Amino acid sequence: MPSRRKRSSKRNGFTLSRRRFLQGVSAGTAAALAAPRLATAQLQIDEEVAGRERVPIKLKVNGTTYRLSVEPRWTLLDVLRNQLDLTGTKRVCDRGECGACTVLRNGQPIYSCMTLAIEAQGYDLETIEGLSQAGRLHPLQEAFVKHDALQCGFCTPGMVMSLKGMLDKKANPTLDDVKAAISGNICKCGTYTKIFRAALDAAASLRGA
Amino acid sequence: MAKKKTIYEVDGVFHEAVVEVPANEPQAWGPDASMAVLGKPMPRVDGPDKVSGRAKYTYDINLPRMLWAKVLRSPHAHARIVSIDTSRAEALPGVKAVLTHKNAPDMAWPFHGQDGKLFNTTLRYSGEEVAVVAAVDEQIAADALELIAVEYEEMPFVLNPEKALESDAPKVRGESNLQGRTSVYSRGDVEKGLAEADFVVEQTFHSQVQVHACLEAHVSVAQWSGDKLIVWDSTQAVHPVREQLAQVLSIPIGKVRVICQYSGGGFGSKLWLNKHTVIAALLARQTGRPVKIAFDREEEAMTMGNRPSNVMTVKAGCKRDGTLTALYLKSVGGVGAYPAGAGCGTPLREIYACPNVKTEESNVFIHADQARPHRAPGHVQGTFALEQVIDMLAEKCGMDPLEFRRKNYSSVDQTRNNIPYSAKGLDRCYSEGAAKFGWGERAGRRQQASQRAKKRGYGMATQIWGGGGGPPGYAIVKINFDGTANVLCGAQDIGTATRTSFLQVAAEELGMKPEQVTLAMGDTETCPYGPGSGGSRTVPSMAPAVRMAAADAKRQMLDLASRVMKLPAERLEAREGFIFDKENPSTRSPIRDITGKMRTEWESPQSQIIGQGFRGPNPDGVALNTWGAQFAEVEVDTETGEIRVLRIVAAHESGRIINPLTATSQIEGGVIQGIGFALFEQRVLNNATGRMVNANLRDYKLPSARDIPEIESVLVDIPDTKANSVAVKGLGEPPIIPTAAAIANAVYDAIGVRLTEAPMTPDRVLRALGKAPPARVRARGAPATTRPWEVVHA
Repeated sequence: MPSRRKRSSKRNGFTLSRRRFLQGVSAGTAAALAAPRLATAQLQIDEEVAGRERVPIKLKVNGTTYRLSVEPRWTLLDVLRNQLDLTGTKRVCDRGECGACTVLRNGQPIYSCMTLAIEAQGYDLETIEGLSQAGRLHPLQEAFVKHDALQCGFCTPGMVMSLKGMLDKKANPTLDDVKAAISGNICKCGTYTKIFRAALDAAASLRGA
Repeated sequence: MAKKKTIYEVDGVFHEAVVEVPANEPQAWGPDASMAVLGKPMPRVDGPDKVSGRAKYTYDINLPRMLWAKVLRSPHAHARIVSIDTSRAEALPGVKAVLTHKNAPDMAWPFHGQDGKLFNTTLRYSGEEVAVVAAVDEQIAADALELIAVEYEEMPFVLNPEKALESDAPKVRGESNLQGRTSVYSRGDVEKGLAEADFVVEQTFHSQVQVHACLEAHVSVAQWSGDKLIVWDSTQAVHPVREQLAQVLSIPIGKVRVICQYSGGGFGSKLWLNKHTVIAALLARQTGRPVKIAFDREEEAMTMGNRPSNVMTVKAGCKRDGTLTALYLKSVGGVGAYPAGAGCGTPLREIYACPNVKTEESNVFIHADQARPHRAPGHVQGTFALEQVIDMLAEKCGMDPLEFRRKNYSSVDQTRNNIPYSAKGLDRCYSEGAAKFGWGERAGRRQQASQRAKKRGYGMATQIWGGGGGPPGYAIVKINFDGTANVLCGAQDIGTATRTSFLQVAAEELGMKPEQVTLAMGDTETCPYGPGSGGSRTVPSMAPAVRMAAADAKRQMLDLASRVMKLPAERLEAREGFIFDKENPSTRSPIRDITGKMRTEWESPQSQIIGQGFRGPNPDGVALNTWGAQFAEVEVDTETGEIRVLRIVAAHESGRIINPLTATSQIEGGVIQGIGFALFEQRVLNNATGRMVNANLRDYKLPSARDIPEIESVLVDIPDTKANSVAVKGLGEPPIIPTAAAIANAVYDAIGVRLTEAPMTPDRVLRALGKAPPARVRARGAPATTRPWEVVHA
């Protein structure tokens, strides 16, 4: 018998299953947030895999396919961090509000905290760790360093991934495109102005390359 | 060794200590010193680690066999625990330990006053710790929390500081909700000054509770190895946390190692030991496994501190020519349920020349989370009130706001026996900022830009902060055989790029290229003592210590060079990786060729050169302060009430600028956080429960990409040679201070009505304009006559 225990997102009285929560926000918020888009809201999870018992899955991350055994309630974010030790992807709000967990799914930025690991199968996933090849930073990462577009650095991987998703589609972005690309990412230190500069500079050097 | 008494300031409080006077302190680098590394823009050295995801934050530390702990928190603002049953939680497979007041050590908690305990049975705010579960993974720990049965006896509570002072208010602690006594400062005679004034204004201002919202929530990982405790902590203060951990656990300091290589924001909320860190250590000891406690977003907002709210009444008077005659402030600030500071009077007491000044500041307990220092504590809200009043007086006199401020310029610290400032670049901040902004041309621009409903306005405000730093702080510089160097330095890099700044200082003094130097900090086991990073004191405290250690090592290196190069050491100079003959610069030798001979040239062979440095006393008889002025251009939509900040020019003087690239990051970040305070951020508590209703990042509004104006930093670089040997002062706090006040003055300029409550949200703008505020949001089913929640200003 599969267990029906809920994954609590609030303590002390409120209980809200992640599944119900995802369904709840999908209708209201998905349209409002331009980018990164919320993970697909149409969850077709079989009751058989909705419990706590682990199920086998395959995830393709940064070009490598991993066979994993995960609880159906685990998010892609937590699996990346805690099973694959890809801790560059950060957990901040854990509910699709801040963008620190942004990864690319088939090139599209998504919030990995709003995506269950089991529904991330069959896609090409890219995390911040996949961006630098053989220790060489991606031009976007180089531009972040050059312009000091980071302070504490906790929002930085998410910012970089959101912008990577945009730059892959738009070679010649405007400042407004840059702002739109990171409108779902929050920085508390206040590095936005330098992120704008870094993104536009990176776009220029990518065009030149 | 010579010793002397010195005075240093931490967050507006002056401390006195007898400290050692360095025998070999290098002479301060003056404005004309020729610099190879210092003052040059340099990308932060840990940038590549942070942009690639390699940087390991405390939250990223996952150890083999590690347990995850979660905290059960009080759902009530004021309650007593009648009974607690953890048996079902303990029985859940995967749960390894449960800690409550019943089985935890009866440990005092010094940060909560005299009667503070690790686990309290009387709970004084919604979010206070009740129990902790450690389990094999985070979800199981969370599941277990729901199996703990607690019976609470609810008690009446008070959330509003002004109401808390009423005699029949529920008491938070003891017999009165007033913390200590009202703090009174007075010079001259305020009543007389007001009587002498040609113009008097009086205005009450309200500021909100602002939470720190660090993106990396508080997190600790504890691991025991025999009797030795290793703690990874997301902190701004590795050494203070180490000492405090040793104290509360009653173990030797030497057995505790605290590490924080990277932290995802602190802003003042991570300056000392927290309960969860101790709890992680206790659970790790009990279970024999590493334990991680990581806060979720709601816990972070509800329990890890805030900038307290203030109700500030300012009364001020001036002569017809603009000369200030009196300044008075009465402030009531809500510190939360445990002792904290909520004063905000420093800007009013210090910025302007005024003979008659009085401040009365009360800190009040309420049933809410304890306040903590929050980037420029007291100054942000104090400046919001003071600088609006200054503009009100200027208008009465018919004077330009900037001219009015210049008229009342003070070159001495009136709160400290009129001693002079070591340096004061405020006049240059005014003139260079105004020039960059086009302050003189604003009248024409206003008319041109203002459309029917959208009004353009311009305002400015002044900033004062301490930031002189002081002892203690230590550094060690090691020069290796191959001509590279390692710097071990106290303190930590909380994202302000201190790691890079100190590396630049060491490279400059050693005469090495930056890439020859590696710097370590943020680890109590490998690095000497340094202060917590708060109060803008890390750079002015530690940079001189790093320089002294580098100078000590360089002296030894030049002694070696004089033997190798057969020249007197006084004639030698190290610069950019070479050692030169000062009299004949073409005679030079790469540093590595010199250091490579340390095993052969000296009578006693050496394999490494070790230099030591420490922070000496502050100079006598001068006040150390930082200065700034910000200028704001805003657009106010008088139909929607929305304020848009279009442009900020921020001119700041904090002594020498070590790294212009990272200094402008500090300034731009401060301005953006100031915009958050001015327009968006506020903690909202539910009146019925005392619970925070916007403890998330959707409803607690932080500035995001679309809210960011054009920001121009003006670095007024004045090496403060009296302050310390590197001639630096702190730049962490200053840029957040005047932003909200400058915006508020610009809003008044645009619409002719004063906004006296922060944040200046659209509903407040509309109300100020006499327009009907939008229908109040009501909780579903709530009767229309009650307010389901209110912004506690409280």
